Amino acid sequence: MTCEEAEVLLHALIDGELDAGHAREVEAHIEGCAHCTALMQDYREISQAMAETELRYKAPLELRRRIEQALPQGQVQTAPSRRSVLRGFALGSAVSAMAATGLFAIVLHNDDEQRIEGEIVSAHLRSLQAGHLTDVISTDQHTVKPWFNGKLDVSPPVIDLTAQGFTLIGGRLDYVNTREIGAVVYKRRQHVINLFVAQTADTERRAATMTTLQGFNIRRWSDHGLNYWAVSDIGADELSEFGEKFETAMKANKEG
Amino acid sequence: MVVNASQDNPEKARRFREAALPYLDDAYTLARYLLRDKADAEDAVQECYLRAYKHFDSYRGPAMKPWLFAILRNVCRAEFARRKTAPAAVEEVPESTDQAPLWHETPETPEKQLLRRFDGDTVRKLIAALAEPFRETFVLREIQNLSYREIADVAAVPVGTVMSRLARARAMLRSAWLAEQEQAK
Repeated sequence: MTCEEAEVLLHALIDGELDAGHAREVEAHIEGCAHCTALMQDYREISQAMAETELRYKAPLELRRRIEQALPQGQVQTAPSRRSVLRGFALGSAVSAMAATGLFAIVLHNDDEQRIEGEIVSAHLRSLQAGHLTDVISTDQHTVKPWFNGKLDVSPPVIDLTAQGFTLIGGRLDYVNTREIGAVVYKRRQHVINLFVAQTADTERRAATMTTLQGFNIRRWSDHGLNYWAVSDIGADELSEFGEKFETAMKANKEG
Repeated sequence: MVVNASQDNPEKARRFREAALPYLDDAYTLARYLLRDKADAEDAVQECYLRAYKHFDSYRGPAMKPWLFAILRNVCRAEFARRKTAPAAVEEVPESTDQAPLWHETPETPEKQLLRRFDGDTVRKLIAALAEPFRETFVLREIQNLSYREIADVAAVPVGTVMSRLARARAMLRSAWLAEQEQAK
């Protein structure tokens, strides 16, 4: 690969838009090229600096009201009373006070999580394109699990949930947050569920949270040093069911 | 700006509110970066939401944000066209220079120095100075977190163009960043 190619592709690498094969090629070039290594480092630093800086704008309240008023009035949202304006104000200063005391780290952390969730959804979307869904196709967990061995620094748990209504169909290497990540693929009827698994330094168990991003549901939880994100276009209730069945099966495996 | 009576369906309005209003800050942010003017951005976002409401029946999902952005972008481009006839026209780099390998002009830095951190206002200024269409691609990726596919859909260009524009936008921003750093010394 030439520098010219790498200088374009390294952006896709940073953004997690390359498939694992191309990502390796770009990485191989960067490793052996001081010029591209320096560029990559700059771009990463700039991205990092931007992620930690508030670059967004907040829509003025007046604009929100103008739009609300132009829409047909269902439950009419009346102009905020003076009281609620003041309440908003108080909240605003609470936020500034938090910023002053360094509590912003928490906010930044959340931003980071949101960014990763964005990448998870992108990875999910990519996987739905023709031929991208699975690197190993098998409904047998004893085939899928060993396939990951040696490909990742963590072995994602692979559990057959066919009996519970979620069919295991395979596994895939993906790229999220500039790292390789394991994806275990399930199907529910015609809907794909990608279960992304990554290592975390935090060994504490974190209860599941459900968010919606770009029309996809994401169920996220952590257990035994692994972060899990289950992404799908199935309903939140079904995705919760999937997560619960998975966690129950994990527990049974550990105890049994 | 009143939506006509045939559109007056409270259930539709409720669904639209739930689906689209959560992205108001996102839309406003994009408009601010595209138009670089507070009042114009407000007008553009308002127009965008009214158009979106009108076409909401034909919305098939799944992603609301890129759908809104595509509408907003068209509104903003109409605004560009209007401004072009006005004295203070916004410069726009012609599409044809899109493939020019400008990224080779980035100065070499043999001894790697750490990049300086700037406050939000400075970074916003650097982004605002990027030429179109690179600024648009850059903001959609770096601030709005859209995937390449979604950016391609919003800007109505192939994914390959998104990649080359983004590469160029980042190269330009990096140069501007280094220049700013030099100046701040």
